[in-house]
This record gives sequence, structure tokens and C-alpha cells, in this order.
Amino acid sequence: MFDWALMYDNVPRLLSAVPLTLGISASCLALGLLLAVPLAFARIGHVAWLRWGANGYILFFRGTPALVQIFLIYYGAGQFDWVRSSPLWEILREPLWCVVIALGLNSAAYTGKMLSGAIAAVPRGMVEAAEALGLSRWRTLRLVVLPLAIRTALPAYGNEVILTLKASSLACTITLLEVTGTARVLVSRTYAPYEIFILAGAIYLALAFILTRGFTWLERRLLTDIAVKPSRGLSALADAGR
Amino acid sequence: MPDLQGFGAQMLEGAAMTLGIAVMSLLFGVAFGLFGAAAKLYGARPLRILADAYTTVVRGVPDLLIIFLIYFGGTVTLSKILDRQIEVSAFASGVVALSIVFGAYATEIFRGAIQSLPRGTIEAAQALGIVPHRVFTQVVLPQAWRLALPALGNQWVILLKQTSLVSIVGLEELMRKSAIAAGSTRQPFTIYLAAACLYLVFTMLSTVTLEYAEHRANRSLRST
Repeated sequence: MFDWALMYDNVPRLLSAVPLTLGISASCLALGLLLAVPLAFARIGHVAWLRWGANGYILFFRGTPALVQIFLIYYGAGQFDWVRSSPLWEILREPLWCVVIALGLNSAAYTGKMLSGAIAAVPRGMVEAAEALGLSRWRTLRLVVLPLAIRTALPAYGNEVILTLKASSLACTITLLEVTGTARVLVSRTYAPYEIFILAGAIYLALAFILTRGFTWLERRLLTDIAVKPSRGLSALADAGR
Repeated sequence: MPDLQGFGAQMLEGAAMTLGIAVMSLLFGVAFGLFGAAAKLYGARPLRILADAYTTVVRGVPDLLIIFLIYFGGTVTLSKILDRQIEVSAFASGVVALSIVFGAYATEIFRGAIQSLPRGTIEAAQALGIVPHRVFTQVVLPQAWRLALPALGNQWVILLKQTSLVSIVGLEELMRKSAIAAGSTRQPFTIYLAAACLYLVFTMLSTVTLEYAEHRANRSLRST
């Protein structure tokens, strides 16, 4: 019934797609993090139009499926002649770039919301103490607020990393052959959906396990001297899944 | 909604299908979640291990992969059983896959909610000699429900968005209808933006409704 030999034979093929899956995930996370910082400050800042903009951005990207966002960029960009004739087209006609941009913008919304919450959770006293010591605004931010906020956000960010890893599977809908895409091609060739898809699932599971372990290690290292451990109860589960 | 070259009605039809598959998956998913949480909290050891494996595997694997597994796997299995080439319905496999996914998250949500209940009410019920399954349905669940509602609502919003993945195996919901419209009209940006707006309406309406539901669910806890 279950063809173990076929499964074994396809291990190298699926493993060869792992670098692309990891590459897409890492690029999306990097782009997401880069945009999340200004987004978080815009969201909690005092400039009304920046706040509205950031909230609107987060509302849109969290309120619509990532698949729509990918299609909007990959298929949507070609609708406009000015895009087609601009140098931007070199980027927007590449499925890889489109996935990275779409999922990166998506990740930025989630990370930005998470980060703004963590910044708001930094005790007022810490900031006031830094100000009383005569630290400039920039130094208060860099030396006091951000390090504390990053620690608070870390457990939730670990979750975001796993979610992005899983979301990278959407790349297969626009022809990219990462792990899920490769699995689909192999299934159409072998007609053995169980063997191949379960194998692909095991690969994702292993990657997620390694990443989770890494984050637990990082948390333990960074949270050694902090009194209040961020709660991991229901609130941590609230954003699970996408 | 603007006409979108005549495809507006088609897309609304797809949106109805999106809601349909989401509601069906929600119902089955909540059931899975309740069974999963009960298995994790009160089950015998093998049952507990099974429930742990369920939530760990499902939460670590892309939803799209689970949809593919159910759809293509179901097709192969059914063809073998019936001894002829058969294709399973995208709707049915979509509901099965999304319920399995929702159930895994719901299991953790219910488990967390039940675990955070005060022991006193449960002990009181036991002291009154109420049989265990009635303690669960009449004492534990009504209280846990209230605690689980916010996280469950969040998961519903995620489910609404996940339904778009079933379009990949051909279900004619909002996303699939949009893809057809995008191809015919040659205005993919306009079409997909309209689709995004429809999803946004659904998720925002859900969020507002959930806030109201939470408000209502907690009415007995507020002093008026």
C-alpha cells in the first residue's frame, strides 16, 4: 500500500528544494523586519496621518489572504503600461521577487503590529529614567526601548518565523519550485500523493522544529536578567496561523 | 459593487461559496477542537499522544500542503476503492482539510481555556455528585467558551483567509472566480483588488461582530 522505496527515492529531490524554501522565507522575514520598525513607530507616534497610514496598511495586509496579495503583485502589476515600460518591470515579472515582496509586505504588517505592542509595553519608568540621565531621544530608543521591546516581542516573533516558513509554500502557486511546488510536480509524475506530500510535510516539520529550538535557545539567552517573562498563554496563540 | 465588466456578479457568487466553505469548516473544526482538547486533558495516554501528534504536525505544516494531501490523496484512494478514475470534490476536500487545520488550533485554544478555569466550580460540581460528562458540558464548557471566544474569533478570521487556498485545487470560490475574471478582462489588478476588498469586508465584519459577542459573553461579569 505505502511505497517506502518510492518515498526514499524522492528524498533527495525534495531536499534539493529546501534552500529555495529557506531563501524565500529568510528574504521575506528580512524585508518584513526592515519595514516593521518604521511601521511600529508610525503606529504609536504622535503624527496622526502616519498613524492612520500605518493602521490602514496593517488592516489591509492582515485582513486579506496572502494569496490575493501575491496575485495582486504578480498578475496585477502587468495591467499597467507604465509599469511594463519602467525598469521596475525587470523585478515585477519575476515570480521569485513578487513572492518575496508580497510575503515581505505581509510579514511587515504582522511584525509591525507585534513590535508596536512590545514598544508600548516598555515601562514608562525606564524611559523616564533614561531621560533623567540625560540620554538623547535616539539613544533612549536604541539603548533602552528597543532592547526591551525586542525581548518582549521575541516569543511572538518566533511564531511569525514559523508562519512565514509555512506561507512560503504559496510560492508554488506562481510556478516556483520550492518544497511544496516540487512535491506537486513529483506527485503528478509518480501518482503517489501520500508518500510525497507526507515526506514534504516531514521536511517542513523538521525545519519548524529546528527554528523553534533556535528561538527557545535565543529567548533563554536574552531573557536571563529580565524580571517579567512575557506571557505565553492564550495571547500567544491569538495570532497563530494565517 | 462596480460591474467589473460583468464579472461582479460572478465574484459575489464566489464570495458566497467562500463563506459557505468557511462556515462548514468552522463547525467541523470546533468539533475537532473540543474532541482534541478533551483527549489532551482527560484522555488515556495513547489518546493524549495522538492528540499531541495531531496538533504538532498540523501546526508545523503549510495549510496548502494539507489541502493537496487531502485532495490528491482522496482522489487516489477513492479511485482505488471504486476501481475507476474519480475526482473528489474540491469543496469536500477543502472542508476536510480546513477543518483539520482549524481543529488543531482550536484544540490548543480550548485546552488553554479549560486549564485556566478556577478549580472551585469543577470541584463543587464533582462534590454534588454530577457525572463527569455533565460536569464537562454544563460546568466546564460554558465557562471555557467565554475564555476561548477571542482566540477562536481570531482563528475564524484566519480561516476566512485560508479558504482562498482551496481555489488552487479548483473550488470556484472568490479567488478562483477572480482568477477567471482577471484572465478574461485583462485587468488583473482591478479584479484582485476588488477581491481583496471583499475579503476585507468579511474579516472586518467578523472582527466587529466578535467584539460585540465578547462584550455580550462577559455581561454577567460586569457590574452594571
